[in-house]
Amino acid sequence: MANKRPTGKRIDEPTGTETVGHEWDGIEELDTPMPRWWLWTFYLTIVFAIGYVIAFPAWPMVDKATEGVLGWSSRGQLAKEISAADLARQGVRDRLARIPIERLPDDSALMAQAVAGGNAAFKVNCVQCHGSGAAGSQNLGYPNLNDDDWLWGGDLRAIEYTLTHGIRQAGHDETRMSIMPAFEGMLEPAQVEAVVSHVLSLSGKAEGSALGAQVFADNCAVCHGARGEGSREFGAPNLSDAIWLRGSTREDIRRQVLTPRLGMMPKWEGRLDPVTIKMLAAYVHSLGGGEDFVEVAEDPAVEVDEQP
Amino acid sequence: MHAEAAIGRTGLWFAVLIVSILVFMTAADSGFAAHAVIVGITAFALMAMSAARFDPLGKAQGFFKMPEGPSKYDDDVIRWGVIATMFWGMAGLLVGVFIASQLAFPQLNFEPYLNFGRVRPLHTSAVIFAFGGNALIATSFYVVQRTCRTQLAFPALARFVFWGYQMFIVLAATGYLLGITQSKEYAEPEWYVDLWLTIVWIAYGAVFIGTIIRRHEPHIYVANWFYLAFIVTIAMLHVVNNLAIPVSFVGSRSYSAFSGVQDALTQWWYGHNAVGFFLTAGFLAMMYYFVPKQAERPVYSYRLSIIHFWSLIFLYIWAGPHHLHYTALPDWAQTLGMVFSVMLWMPSWGGMINGLMTLNGAWDKVRTDPIIRMMVMALAFYGMSTFEGPMLSIKSVNSLSHYTDWTIGHVHSGALGWNGMITFACMYYLVPRLWKRERMYSLRMINWHFWLATIGIVFYAASMWVAGVTQGLMWREYGADGYLVNSFADTVAALHPMYLMRAFGGLLYLSGAAIMSFNVWMTLAGRLREEAPMSDAPYDPQADHPIVQSAATAVPAE
Repeated sequence: MANKRPTGKRIDEPTGTETVGHEWDGIEELDTPMPRWWLWTFYLTIVFAIGYVIAFPAWPMVDKATEGVLGWSSRGQLAKEISAADLARQGVRDRLARIPIERLPDDSALMAQAVAGGNAAFKVNCVQCHGSGAAGSQNLGYPNLNDDDWLWGGDLRAIEYTLTHGIRQAGHDETRMSIMPAFEGMLEPAQVEAVVSHVLSLSGKAEGSALGAQVFADNCAVCHGARGEGSREFGAPNLSDAIWLRGSTREDIRRQVLTPRLGMMPKWEGRLDPVTIKMLAAYVHSLGGGEDFVEVAEDPAVEVDEQP
Repeated sequence: MHAEAAIGRTGLWFAVLIVSILVFMTAADSGFAAHAVIVGITAFALMAMSAARFDPLGKAQGFFKMPEGPSKYDDDVIRWGVIATMFWGMAGLLVGVFIASQLAFPQLNFEPYLNFGRVRPLHTSAVIFAFGGNALIATSFYVVQRTCRTQLAFPALARFVFWGYQMFIVLAATGYLLGITQSKEYAEPEWYVDLWLTIVWIAYGAVFIGTIIRRHEPHIYVANWFYLAFIVTIAMLHVVNNLAIPVSFVGSRSYSAFSGVQDALTQWWYGHNAVGFFLTAGFLAMMYYFVPKQAERPVYSYRLSIIHFWSLIFLYIWAGPHHLHYTALPDWAQTLGMVFSVMLWMPSWGGMINGLMTLNGAWDKVRTDPIIRMMVMALAFYGMSTFEGPMLSIKSVNSLSHYTDWTIGHVHSGALGWNGMITFACMYYLVPRLWKRERMYSLRMINWHFWLATIGIVFYAASMWVAGVTQGLMWREYGADGYLVNSFADTVAALHPMYLMRAFGGLLYLSGAAIMSFNVWMTLAGRLREEAPMSDAPYDPQADHPIVQSAATAVPAE
């Protein structure tokens, strides 16, 4: 190739290297040998590659690929790591599976393990709605789990029940179910405004009126109670505690009276194992508002365990 | 004769107009109808121009102060290419800063047209295919003519390639904003835009190969090997990865010919080699011409160029599966993707060595010539990212880096550092020559551009490296009790400061490009900025005199 224009060859002065003899638009090429370190590193990567394809699955054959002399596979590695992790937690999980949830608070070491496991499961399954701090969202109607206000009960068993069966899960008999009727068209505008004021007055945020009290007593008290204290039997929110699921402005409350939005929570039975659900219950219980069984027992109205 | 040709052309555009009206009326979805309108408007404009013998292109060439009269080479289409490169570069970088801000401030997602999901492909396509693609087409036409000592084989076809490619960009970009996508990364345009690009690309190949065939040099210069590899391989990648069956011939949707893991593998065979043959081979071709020209030095090693060319194109094509580590892709394919990537390290570095060592005997120019400085920085970033690439392909590294912002940092150190910088340097070389100016309007502005871009890249890459490692470590962090420590939202919150730094780095890079646009504009206008030269040995007239001594103390001559 280079012989065609032997006259083009010359020694390049700054480098002392001979040119190849070609020239394009003034560009020449030097006949520098390939740098040795470059060449040897290239060979080294090739040697590494050959060794690697012998050691690991690499060559596709007719039915399947070569498995490699190390016998490694990504599925195998995953299975090994998962079973090692499962094994490490097996003792705790066995004890959690055996212990009735009522006895869990007595075993503070196991309780701590359950809370830690529940925390991890919460991050994977629950933060999407309840938020990573479990503060919920008033805008979207996801309950805050840090406060001590519970729609369906806040002791360990009640929380576990809610987790297991969910809220308003169609086709599931044991689910927590409640309906707030839509009062759109059922109340006069004046009645609506009066009852909104009455609801606000229950927590001291507005002046009530006789009309509002009357409308409330006729339509709302059956579920929310005469003083708006709510009922866990129906999952009817407490209206007198200044904690709001869907906002506290007149606008929010009016909308919730006229065209109420009803939240849902998935039932986790079948998607999570009972131990994980138990751990989630322990974690949610630990967030700040968890109630004791004793308190529950003192209040005969709250028999959340048997009556969803 | 001329009149007949004009009537023929008018008729052709009229037919296109009628077809697009028909398509508009029968279109299956609004996106397809919108594209029919764009095609129809273009056809109408071209029809009116043909009929009225109106030559807006000539007028526009006057606006951009393009030299009149015949050139020795076919340079008009290259001048257009330079302008398109500048325009799409600014657009792409601006969109990049916008989406970087969206990641830091999600409130900037304006639904539906300007949400991240639609604007992100707009950014990637604008910088890769519009900015990078126009730079490649323009420089390839420039380089192939000069290194073959001949004019373009089919000048009219070359014009079609340029304008047809702009049509592709417009259809792709508007499609993204309208929500038309086939959801393949870097191959988002739908079937009909893909078909159009195929036609344009075949024409491009015909012009380029035709020009090489009619060359007046005995040998094909190394830059042309790389351009050829780029054109041929991109054609193959584009056609295979976009094989799809349209749902309707008057609708924008299609189904991929592949499914499941085969589809994923084909996609990353395409995606990785788009990097390999578009952003590496194509830009190495630019480097192989413009670096020796600007340095006025011979290429360092002919032998190295042969070996690294063939090893690069042989090894690159197999490395795609490293994008699918730890997925449903069979282990053996992952292994091959990894080992080919590792072997790719030295072939990639061959280009860096050949570029940098070409400066042997001209290293002083790094101090005085900001264009050389840009080229050196481009090659340095090329070397860094082609080391980082093989490293990230190693499975144990990849298990930390995959799906994190480390990948984004890696891509941008290559894209901003290598592709961006080498393109800017080539444009600075081309503009004064194509417009027959003495030099760029201001060399000091090139220097400003260099530093803004370099500091911008440092902010960008460093913040994304930190973000990526942070993310990877947080995702895999297990507590002593054996449970995950962080939720996904926690990791997002932790990255916010890094996202701010990234957006700032992008802003610096964009402002460098804005300075370049001004500089190019003033050069086109024929202005020269009066400024101190980049390098000047200090001169002190006070000291410039012989020492006056008495004869008695004078040193006697020996």
